[in-house]
Amino acid sequence: MIELKQVSIRSGSFALNNVSFRIEAGQYAVLMGKTGMGKTTILEAICGLRKVASGLICIQATDVTRWSPRDRQIGYVPQDLALFPTLNVREHFEFALRLRHASKVEINRRTDELSEVLGVGHLLNRRIQGLSGGEAQRVALGRALAARPTVLLLDEPLSALDQATRNEMHEWLLKVKQATGVTTLHVTHNIEEAEALADRRLVLDGGRLLEQS
Amino acid sequence: MEPPVRTTELKQRRHADFPFFLIMGGLSATFVLLIVLLLTADLLFTSVSDFKAALLRPEIQAAFRLTLLSCTVAALMSLWVATPLGYLLSRYRFPGRWLVDTLVDIPIVLPPLVLGLSLLILFHLKIGSWELETFLRDSLGFPVTYCWPAVVLAQFSVACAFAVRTMRVTFDQINPRCEDVARTLGCSRAQAFLQIALPQAWRGMLTATTLAWARSLGEFGPIMVFAGSTQMRTEVLSTSVFLELTVGQLDSAVAVSLLMVVMAVIVLLVLRAFGARLQA
Repeated sequence: MIELKQVSIRSGSFALNNVSFRIEAGQYAVLMGKTGMGKTTILEAICGLRKVASGLICIQATDVTRWSPRDRQIGYVPQDLALFPTLNVREHFEFALRLRHASKVEINRRTDELSEVLGVGHLLNRRIQGLSGGEAQRVALGRALAARPTVLLLDEPLSALDQATRNEMHEWLLKVKQATGVTTLHVTHNIEEAEALADRRLVLDGGRLLEQS
Repeated sequence: MEPPVRTTELKQRRHADFPFFLIMGGLSATFVLLIVLLLTADLLFTSVSDFKAALLRPEIQAAFRLTLLSCTVAALMSLWVATPLGYLLSRYRFPGRWLVDTLVDIPIVLPPLVLGLSLLILFHLKIGSWELETFLRDSLGFPVTYCWPAVVLAQFSVACAFAVRTMRVTFDQINPRCEDVARTLGCSRAQAFLQIALPQAWRGMLTATTLAWARSLGEFGPIMVFAGSTQMRTEVLSTSVFLELTVGQLDSAVAVSLLMVVMAVIVLLVLRAFGARLQA
């Protein structure tokens, strides 16, 4: 569950004021809005990568507003994916688990699970530089899901893909949604994407958040 | 449908780029040619026997050893300092950042002689009855001024500034979002730096080390002022060239200069080969 209570964020001349919403556990919410409205800013605030001026951010009913990103149990896929250039696909999946000192058996089991769900088993030993757009998206998704986060945040994950790959990724995201049931907040400005994936649609307009049925 | 392009037009188009390459190549060649001419002149001036004779002299051999050692130590010290400083300047906006940024550039713009003088003053400035040089010499048994550590410190003071600039540009070019994502995956800031940013920065680190080493090799002014040029003690190759010139030993001066060229080329080639191996 993700809940924002009267959250205000200021960054230079940009400001978001008193944003509030609640996404129930297991829901797949899509946040829409024009470019520059602050959608990414909201995701970064939930991650802990951006300071909030006031208000509360709760995850699983716990106030995490002052917590560091590492303690929030969040899976985050940024718009540019930010894959780690020095690691291969397998190492991306293992990264979060190694930080948690998971056993070798657990790491291998989780890597196998994820590579099956995301269809990247044949890519595990590949370097990320040679991956296609869709493959890179799935690796970023796998990296974010590896440590079983309570919340998954996706920042326009399909914006850089062509239509065919985008449709393919819709299927993968639906598969992930069914397989993990993780609470997800997906930022996009694409209505088709929202219709294909969302349990719930939120629209950010002029700093105000509106519910769209 | 567009009409087919005629053969004469194709030929004209092919030759249209000729002036571009002529001008660009001509201008570039000016500098490359200058370097080649300089080296050729040095080579023609000296003979193999002069070169051998100069290199067999014990004081030149001692200067060679000290140069290798001091340049390497100064380059490694520069990398050690430049990596965190370059990272902090690249990633964080902290109070006084502009001041730190400016201070780091001072050794680059300051005349080298002034830097040597400043080092000398720093080590001999009396604060009450306390003096840094006296403290290091008498209490720690580690004299600096006019000893080999002064050579390293003089080289480090200039070389480090270049290394910091290189490392800052290196980290500027690395996507900081990778470190952000790493932090959401469970990394502390230190882990994100060590596991994500640093492995991506190896090429910049190699460049910074090479640059610092090369800068140290050519350093002269601050060494003369702060370390002096005592044979077998603080004489390095750059100061040897000067000393040989002052006593009219032009042959030796050229031989030592050529030795420095060879050293610089070897170090650059070794580091490039090492970089290529890491990349493969």
